[in-house]
Amino acid sequence: MLSRVADSLYWMSRYLERAEHTARLIDVNLQLRLDQSPEAGAGRWLRLLEACQVPPPENGKIGSTALTHILTLDRTNESSILSCVAAARENLRQVREQCSTEMWEQLNRLYLQVNSTTSSEAWLLHSHIFFRAVQDGAHLFQGVTDSTMSHGEGWQYIQLGRFVERTDALARLIGTHFRSLSHPLDQAVESEDYIEWVGLLKSCAAFEAYCKTYTAELRPLRVAEFLLLNPEFPHSVRFSVDMVHAALAAIGDMTERKAEQPVRLAGRLQATLSFSQIEEIMASGATGYVDSIRWQCAHAHTAIHQVYFDYSVESALAS
Amino acid sequence: MFASPGTPRAHYKALFQRLLELPPEELRKSQQAADLSFLHQGITFTVYGNDEGTERVFPNDLLPRIIPFDEWRKIESGLTQRIAALNLFLEDIYHGGRILADGIVPRELVYSCRHFRREMRGLSVPHGIYVSICGTDLVRLPDGSFAVLEDNLRVPSGVSYMLANRKVLKKVFPTLFRDYGVSPVDHYAQALLSTLRALAPPQTTSRHEPKVVLLTPGVFNSAYFEHTFLAQQMGIELVEGRDLLVHDNIVYMRTTAGLQRVDVIYRRVDDDFLDPLCFRRDSNLGVPGLFNAYRAGNIILANAIGTGVADDKALYAYVPAIIRYYLGEDPILANIQTYLLNDRSQRNYVLEHLDELVVKAVGESGGYGMLIGPHSSEEDREEFRRRIEAEPRNYIAQPTLSLSRAPCFLEGEVQARHVDLRPYILYGENVTLVPGGLTRVALRRGSLVVNSSQGGGSKDTWVLRA
Repeated sequence: MLSRVADSLYWMSRYLERAEHTARLIDVNLQLRLDQSPEAGAGRWLRLLEACQVPPPENGKIGSTALTHILTLDRTNESSILSCVAAARENLRQVREQCSTEMWEQLNRLYLQVNSTTSSEAWLLHSHIFFRAVQDGAHLFQGVTDSTMSHGEGWQYIQLGRFVERTDALARLIGTHFRSLSHPLDQAVESEDYIEWVGLLKSCAAFEAYCKTYTAELRPLRVAEFLLLNPEFPHSVRFSVDMVHAALAAIGDMTERKAEQPVRLAGRLQATLSFSQIEEIMASGATGYVDSIRWQCAHAHTAIHQVYFDYSVESALAS
Repeated sequence: MFASPGTPRAHYKALFQRLLELPPEELRKSQQAADLSFLHQGITFTVYGNDEGTERVFPNDLLPRIIPFDEWRKIESGLTQRIAALNLFLEDIYHGGRILADGIVPRELVYSCRHFRREMRGLSVPHGIYVSICGTDLVRLPDGSFAVLEDNLRVPSGVSYMLANRKVLKKVFPTLFRDYGVSPVDHYAQALLSTLRALAPPQTTSRHEPKVVLLTPGVFNSAYFEHTFLAQQMGIELVEGRDLLVHDNIVYMRTTAGLQRVDVIYRRVDDDFLDPLCFRRDSNLGVPGLFNAYRAGNIILANAIGTGVADDKALYAYVPAIIRYYLGEDPILANIQTYLLNDRSQRNYVLEHLDELVVKAVGESGGYGMLIGPHSSEEDREEFRRRIEAEPRNYIAQPTLSLSRAPCFLEGEVQARHVDLRPYILYGENVTLVPGGLTRVALRRGSLVVNSSQGGGSKDTWVLRA
């Protein structure tokens, strides 16, 4: 597979995952705000901006309408949903012949839909439908991809992109949350705070799955364990890292480059997560732990670039 | 479509009947469904010199153009003859230059052509095939016969629209399609692949299956959709210049598993941009060192470099003579009368009759750099007069043709529009023409310009079975 093609598939997948993640965060946030005072809501908006790596507005005004616009339809914000979907589409457009027609049509449809949406007060009232449509569109694309594309090398880069992005986004979200909200770790959270913790779980699409595992009693320790270490839930850090490792191992086999750095880095990250105890992690601080995960993940990303996308010609000719 | 008002030609009768039966609402719905399908598939092209949304859907017209088998057979043999002669011509001018020595084609016309490549002199291409992919523009003259308006021997485009139009029409008029007995075109991609493979030198084929790739200028090129479409249909890699590199005169592509050797490049990049070391130095689209690898015989390019000299609009006037010279046959398809402006008497005639003629720049394509006399303003004509007097070699003139018209479904009703026809010719082990081609339509009422970049559209072309 051409390096450029692999690169485009990887980034296409990252951008789409980012759009889906942002859509879910805003959707959850706009719904939670209905149960809260405006002051409590402002703090969460700030955390949301931090989790999306968007600087807070310069005038300091935290209003739902303006912020939603920045995060959703603002073309000048590179991480807005519209920008991400457009970037995903542009990447796929450059490698159209590598994906199935169905995939292209689905992503193109999603783009046309997002691009034709205009922000207005009335739109904000029905925004749930929009954010659902973005998430559904991304899910549909994933389903179409899995059922119409060969699960070969190209597919593995799509997997890789999605789960590298997810690992990073989850780690960032969890880090932001634990940094700003302190609560006794092993006690059930109540009243005002309860909403914040539900918000975190819902932002990871994890509320229902958490309840099945631990019941609706929310304890920070359990929430952290579920989101960081659960091996079965697709929006946990552990699960995402497992998938990154699996994709890299498969790519290593297909390209006959087994001993390469990316797969080793991912393997080490996976080992860290699978042998970690949540009590140990929390004792030394959740934020430091997720920062280290993000750092290792970024390291793996760089290594993927150097080995598969942008290697030097001299090294390739020598081998 | 009509032999006389109200009486359709024999081969249009069934379509005419169907149109009379069909409520316009039905047709409108089909047109909408077709447009939407084009939009969703992203079948678009890029308009240069236009800022608002550079991506546009290529307008498609629902009503097919129908060509009876006998007429097609004549087109087929005419184009086969033409591509054979033009290939012999290219081989000759880049080697001995017999035709120049014999005074059939003036030397200065060839050497002054912007697309003549000195670098190609004495260089032999496999099987002597310079042009393996060709798209020739035909127009129907008032007497009903087809004539050649233009040869496109460099990187002709549009074939993907031919295939896409067919796919849509099969959905819209399934029964009509079946009853008519239309020749299929779907095997084009496969035929193109075998043509490209046939060009690979024998030592390659014994080593392994020849590695064929399609070189595109990239996503901003107006025909990018077509490049991806053809690569996908052929199952070959779509590469950009930055994916390729040359080491020791061997061309490699950069893959995730390391470097992989390439044997044949179907290039959709113009000569000028192919190799910054040899041609334009500011090109980012090409591959440094590609031409040396080509000289060394380690890579095949299709089409070869320097084919543009044979589709120069001034040289076009000599194609009938070229056919007679190499093949000893009379041309099967006629040429359009062409005035060469570096000839004093012809130039004077043209300058006096600018308001009746069409003037074209010899090196341009896509409908750019053209003056259509009857539709032009006094200033336009003055501008062209100045340009012609400054560089007469750069322009030719032709009579304003009354292109034939075909029925189109526009603004909710059936209207007549001017059309031309571009069949695609493949020349590998043998010559292949898929029966059909791209019928381009001038969508503006009365307009004679069919180019997609100038507001043209297209429609499906049905060649009937024998």
